[in-house]
Amino acid sequence: MSTIVGLSLPWPFEYGFMQRALVVGLVVGAAAPLVGVYLVQRRLSLLGDGMGHVAFAGVGAGLLLGVAPVWSALVVAVLGALVLERMRAREHATGDLALALIFYSGIAAGIVMASKGDAGSANTTSYLFGSILTVDTADVWTVVGLGVAILATLGVFGRALFASVLDEESARVAGIPVGLCNSLLAVMTAVTVVAAMRAVGILLVAALMVLPVASARLLTRSFRATVMWSSVIGAISAVAGLTAARAWDLAPGGTIVLTTALVFVASATLSSARDQQAARTEG
Amino acid sequence: MPEIRSRDLVLEAERVSFAYGTVAAVVDVSLHVAAGEFCALVGPNGSGKSTLLRLLLGLAHADSGQVRCFGVDPHDVPDRWRIGYVPQRHELAPELPATVTEVVAAGRLARGWWRRPRRDDRAAVARSIEAVALTDLADRPVRTLSGGQQQRVLIAKALASEPSVLVLDEPTAGVDAESQELFRESLVSAVRDRGAAVLLVSHELGAVADALDRVIVMKQSIVFDGAPGDLAARGVSLGVHVDDLPLWLERLG
Repeated sequence: MSTIVGLSLPWPFEYGFMQRALVVGLVVGAAAPLVGVYLVQRRLSLLGDGMGHVAFAGVGAGLLLGVAPVWSALVVAVLGALVLERMRAREHATGDLALALIFYSGIAAGIVMASKGDAGSANTTSYLFGSILTVDTADVWTVVGLGVAILATLGVFGRALFASVLDEESARVAGIPVGLCNSLLAVMTAVTVVAAMRAVGILLVAALMVLPVASARLLTRSFRATVMWSSVIGAISAVAGLTAARAWDLAPGGTIVLTTALVFVASATLSSARDQQAARTEG
Repeated sequence: MPEIRSRDLVLEAERVSFAYGTVAAVVDVSLHVAAGEFCALVGPNGSGKSTLLRLLLGLAHADSGQVRCFGVDPHDVPDRWRIGYVPQRHELAPELPATVTEVVAAGRLARGWWRRPRRDDRAAVARSIEAVALTDLADRPVRTLSGGQQQRVLIAKALASEPSVLVLDEPTAGVDAESQELFRESLVSAVRDRGAAVLLVSHELGAVADALDRVIVMKQSIVFDGAPGDLAARGVSLGVHVDDLPLWLERLG
């Protein structure tokens, strides 16, 4: 049995492939909302979805050139993120027009390049829809490395990012490097997309960045608590989704995302009940 | 106006002009604000007030003329914490819960965004919140506060770095009377207790009229720059007859 942590874990994580999936799920589930929390505040909730389209061009390039698609996707997604941020900052294109231009060109390039690669387009399915149960040890270390990079970046720039998403203009006056923060947020979005690509697939990656945040903001009163709880909800959803997928033989990527959606419904119900209770108490 | 030594000047504009395309917003404006001065910048809508503030803060580049902040180009000011800025009203943290303390603490980051907050940072944040009488609401999400309370949060955020100059763009628009009074007290305290300069853009000077050192009236260029008493000599009242100034500005427009 090939394991990552060398532990004997109970069902459903008794096998090596499930333990690798568990590590990837935990890292991606916990890290993706940490980036998503800033995207939601900047009303860029769908940026992760678009960056997935760009990353797909990198997957196609990797399949065409015979290099590991994760690394080619990382390079293309990071470059795409920086170009996008530059266009946005210089107002060369309106926000949604810039997104549409880059995103659709990205996925079209991915399809074309993958179709000309030796592996053909069949290999792209695991990147579009995820294949967390087939990740190998190298994938796990890549995801863990990317997760640590995101955490380290947020550790240094988290407060500055908060100030710049709160009010970009006064942050500039205060000497906060707003341009650098915006570029870092775009790059971290790209990195998160690539890290989560094997877990839930390019088409569902944005859900892991946004839905746990949407749940957490219904339940919390501070930014700090929102950050913490969105990460916890993301990690718990990943574990619960993997467990449900194993129990009922479901597609794990979709099951993880559906779990985050169910958590949101539960959070909304809880929040609504709490508001009604508060209104009755005040009344 | 008392003689001002150049080293006391915190904001300077020398023959500054700026246009949005072919539309002139600021035309040949010269303006000096010294430490400890409480100045109001008024003018009709579209008279270039906000643009002038943006030029003075380095948020926009003048087409001609020179702008200095603490004697240097605004981009070269080494201690950015010396500038406190309240931009024109915007919705605070609409998508996420952020408490009053968290928002005000973001203003303190001007003292060092790269390091963890220290005890003196937390104390300064608490003092700023106290200055706008929001201590009881410090842990409340800002989105649950009234418009006036949210505006006080923004002023506390600007005060948090204990700046040498406060630049405020329409901070009291639509704000209740209690908040206006607290707003006045916090600005007067910044000027008198810490010797800070204040440059305030507002249509509603009633709350601060008796505390102002200078009123600057602008309509693309400077139309009037002097003491409130000199403006009163022209039959324009800031405080007693609060309608006078808006009516006069309307006639200017």
